[in-house]
Amino acid sequence: MTETATTGGFTPPTRFAVPGRIAVSDRAAAVWQTATLTEIRRETPSVATFRFAVPGWAGHLPGQHLMLRLTAGDGYTAQRHYSLASPPDDAGHIELTLDHVEGGEVSGWFHTEARPGDEVAVRGPLSGFFAWPGDRPALLVGAGSGVVPLMSMIRHHRARGLDVPLRLLVSARGPEELIYAAEYGAETTAVFTRRAPDGVPVGRLSAEHVAPLLAERPPGGWEAYVCGSNAFAEHASRLLVEAGQPVHRIRIERFG
Amino acid sequence: MNVTRGFTGRPRVPRPGLPPGQYDSGDDWPVLSAEVTPDLAPADWTFRIDGLVAEPRSWDWDEAHTLPASVYEGAIHCVTSWSKFGVRFGGVSLDAFLDVVRPDASATHAVAYAHSGYTTNLPLADLTGGRAWIAWEYDGEPLPAEHGGPARLLVPHLYFWKSAKWIAGLTLLDHDEPGFWEQNGYHARGNPWEEQRYSGD
Repeated sequence: MTETATTGGFTPPTRFAVPGRIAVSDRAAAVWQTATLTEIRRETPSVATFRFAVPGWAGHLPGQHLMLRLTAGDGYTAQRHYSLASPPDDAGHIELTLDHVEGGEVSGWFHTEARPGDEVAVRGPLSGFFAWPGDRPALLVGAGSGVVPLMSMIRHHRARGLDVPLRLLVSARGPEELIYAAEYGAETTAVFTRRAPDGVPVGRLSAEHVAPLLAERPPGGWEAYVCGSNAFAEHASRLLVEAGQPVHRIRIERFG
Repeated sequence: MNVTRGFTGRPRVPRPGLPPGQYDSGDDWPVLSAEVTPDLAPADWTFRIDGLVAEPRSWDWDEAHTLPASVYEGAIHCVTSWSKFGVRFGGVSLDAFLDVVRPDASATHAVAYAHSGYTTNLPLADLTGGRAWIAWEYDGEPLPAEHGGPARLLVPHLYFWKSAKWIAGLTLLDHDEPGFWEQNGYHARGNPWEEQRYSGD
């Protein structure tokens, strides 16, 4: 565990960042391991979950990511960072949920070529910053595939039967594009920006969604985790700040 | 590692200047920062160099702009594996600032700190000799806030997490001291040509 102060006594005008809370294993991060695809589950028309057996996986915390590498016949490699979707208590297995990106070199392979038995290389888990061990009240805000690391947190919360408060605001264009739709419970509020079921308003995430959650501020306050496109992350983090969430207690993962 | 069945990769032409494990992001310039983008006006921006120097000092926006202008044109490389070619940043060479404060002979490293509180560590040798800038323009326009505007550190020969956005200062030290990402498992130096991505690489 690290709780380290910044150097030299400089006090930033906008306090950032709860520093990383989790010591990352140098060894685990440095070693490439073989991950064998065991299962593919469709989530939405453009999103699927890929389950892998990784026997030597050292475990992870909800919110962490890994680096994945594909190797072509001529030795060319492509590597990408992906958030882990599965909770830590999934011994020897990990899951990634990938959007089929238009023209995507790696996501394209996954969505058009990959089948059980295929092997890829992974290293990780990486970064203790956007990680939630389940010890503090967590307010999760995600859009699109930005909900993936947040779902790892929700699954962890459920699997362990944690009673620390957890809330999720998840934004999707429409119900058919809501990833993990069948898995959400009372902790989740879905926001639909283009199409919504009858009786549900259509519109982007707004102060009206954020205010009630900040009003029910738990003892010690929320740790906020925001994940999505940069545009969404900018929008959501500003809403949180305007609603009173301290800047230094907002962790952001931006999908480029 | 074995070949990935069915993976050929995108059509590729040799790209001089592309470090191992990187791809050309083309026109895209992804935004990667872990914190809320600070609301920082040029009038409120300051830059300070302290620690092991003869004369610590701070510059405000106007004072920094009296130093000789300097441009970087070339590529930048992000640890998440994209590289971007043909970028053009305007600002001032860090040498111009360091000439004023005069680093001690004992100074070997620096911690760069941002107005957001972000920190990152660098060997002093990576900040001198015309290889580092304080940049406030991109492509002839003011640097956008989400990319570190009004001003950021620019150290293009290292992975881009070293180029601290919203730069507030440098503290010169006689030892290395891990910054924000380095405490989170990233490499102390971050040389893209040696793929120094994570601690242990």
